[in-house]
Amino acid sequence: MKDNSTTPSPALALRPARGLTYQAGALLLSFLFLTVIILLAGESPFRVVSNLWDGAFGTPDQVARVFSTLAPLVLCSSGMIYTFTAGLYNLGVEGQIVAGAIATTLVLREFQGLLPAPAVVAAGIIAGMLGGVVWGLLAGVLNIFGKISEIFAGLGLNFVAQGLAIYLIFGPWKRPGIASMSGTEPFDESLWLGHIGQTDAAPVALVIALIVLVLTIIVMRNTHFGLRLKAVGQNPRASFILGVPATRLLLSSFIICGGFAGLAGGLQVVGLFHRLIPSISSNLGFLALLVVMLISFNALWIAPIAFFFSALNVGSLQLPMVLRMESSLSGVIQGTLVLMALLARGFSERAHKRAGGQ
Amino acid sequence: MDLNQLVVILATAIATATPLVFAGIGETITERAGVINLSADGTILMAAMTGFAAALATNNVLVGFIAAAIVGAAFASIVAFGAITLKQSQVAIGFVLALLGADLSSFLGNPIVLVPGPTVPAWNIPLLQDIPVLGRLFFQSDPLVYASYVLIIVVWIFFYRTRPGLLLRSVGEQPAAAFARGSNVVRLRYLYTLLGGALMGIAGAAFSLDFKAGWSNRSTAGYGWIALAIVIFGGWNPLRVAIGAYFFGILQSLASVAQSNIQNVPTQVFSVAPFVLMILVLVLTSGEWLDNLLARLPVGVRRPILRALRQPAPAALGKIFEQD
Repeated sequence: MKDNSTTPSPALALRPARGLTYQAGALLLSFLFLTVIILLAGESPFRVVSNLWDGAFGTPDQVARVFSTLAPLVLCSSGMIYTFTAGLYNLGVEGQIVAGAIATTLVLREFQGLLPAPAVVAAGIIAGMLGGVVWGLLAGVLNIFGKISEIFAGLGLNFVAQGLAIYLIFGPWKRPGIASMSGTEPFDESLWLGHIGQTDAAPVALVIALIVLVLTIIVMRNTHFGLRLKAVGQNPRASFILGVPATRLLLSSFIICGGFAGLAGGLQVVGLFHRLIPSISSNLGFLALLVVMLISFNALWIAPIAFFFSALNVGSLQLPMVLRMESSLSGVIQGTLVLMALLARGFSERAHKRAGGQ
Repeated sequence: MDLNQLVVILATAIATATPLVFAGIGETITERAGVINLSADGTILMAAMTGFAAALATNNVLVGFIAAAIVGAAFASIVAFGAITLKQSQVAIGFVLALLGADLSSFLGNPIVLVPGPTVPAWNIPLLQDIPVLGRLFFQSDPLVYASYVLIIVVWIFFYRTRPGLLLRSVGEQPAAAFARGSNVVRLRYLYTLLGGALMGIAGAAFSLDFKAGWSNRSTAGYGWIALAIVIFGGWNPLRVAIGAYFFGILQSLASVAQSNIQNVPTQVFSVAPFVLMILVLVLTSGEWLDNLLARLPVGVRRPILRALRQPAPAALGKIFEQD
């Protein structure tokens, strides 16, 4: 069920001007559609925009929250660059975040008090990464050796990871007294990642995300590995004939993506929630999929788009209080932009093909 | 467990499964024509919300179902346009629509959350309803449930006993050959994607106007993915897909019974079951190891076992067809 498009995106690169016109059209259509939707909900679009801005950047606390959303989003988006480049739709990223969070929680629970706090936190973060790797590898093995579409292997494993987290929260790891959807007992404050002041922003998480992002950009642009991954993604058959070890490359992309997503999950535990909660991934994995689709898998664009999407997420949180509006507007905006961009890409490719002589 | 309790469990299972039957059969029709509509989760949510809103505004359940079917077909038409006409990735467009539909339904449906509204009226079938056990299970439901039984049978007959059904399957298996024989592959794929989407929309209304009776944000979240899993579980055969839906219904129904007995395990864990089963079924039927294992058996035995276990996906599923 891979994308069997006969004209891969390079056609676009040759004619940036045409692509740009269509993308501008997509943006315009998105604005129109969103305006109609907001008017339908009985609000003025200008008030909504100014509220979103206030919600994201009004106070230092809110700005910090934007950055605390940005870190896991950048991590997952970076991971997704590898799987998308290899031609894989890794919809299992949500489960990989959850698996990472579970692994981190396990290590923190087992080692707290036994080792010095910083060592426990470090071990927890590494465990998170490994947890994500295991979950990513599982999807990869199912895909490559079990011949199961990575889409359904990943989706299925998402629900399994979610079920496992809920089982742990209500079962073996339940809070003394009552088990509830609010999660496990919070960890001791010594096991929290340092925050900037009283805000949500954990510098360590941001630094890790930045390192992973820069690494990803370098790997994709300047390494043999990145080049071969692209070859496998664009033409698996040809690269097989040319001797590119496709199986190994595909598995590596699953492992790398899983690792970064697991890292994000681990950081959600030590850096933000300080416990395991059922919605630990906060849907950031799926949001990262949208980010990467919007930027056509070009890692250079991750930072600005992920920042914009994080600001939307945080900015929309106060919509219910101020405007009595659902905060899911952020998802509507993000989804609309990506959908229009995908359609615009299709129009642009079609026009290019028609103009470029059959 | 006495008979009465068993009947209650099965009756609940049928009620739970009915929306999934509509969604699963809809997706089966679409996928059999070679198109994956991954937007199921968002489509069902949007259709559930609009269907309920329309029924509430007109105080007419039928209008609600029609509105829901239109929304379902509209979502499907975006998938069809993006995938068939613009030749973009069906997976990408369907997935974005799945997320967008979920958020849009919460955003637009906010004013009607938990508002009481009309529901599908019960309709006990005279005489038949008095048959012991069977009457209680099958003839004391509502028109929607009866319609789902009819749908399963009609789609099965259409697929395997009619010419247009044969054409539908050939478009999903061998589009080039179907085109050579004079079928308009593009038009047929559009038709069946929209039809499948409309059925998915009806599934949404089946939640908000019948099974869950009302709208609350993300109330049907997850069912779209379950429907997609059930289509694979059922091997793209309407009868098996329906069995998959009822099997899921029984699991859910047992879960709520089990919850009162086993207090340590939350019900959400049981909702994982269809996905674990889906993966297991896929592992069982997709890998090469099955061929290796069965190669040891005599041909006469091997064939029927393989046919029972392996229901391959339509050969051209998700692939772009260049008609022009």
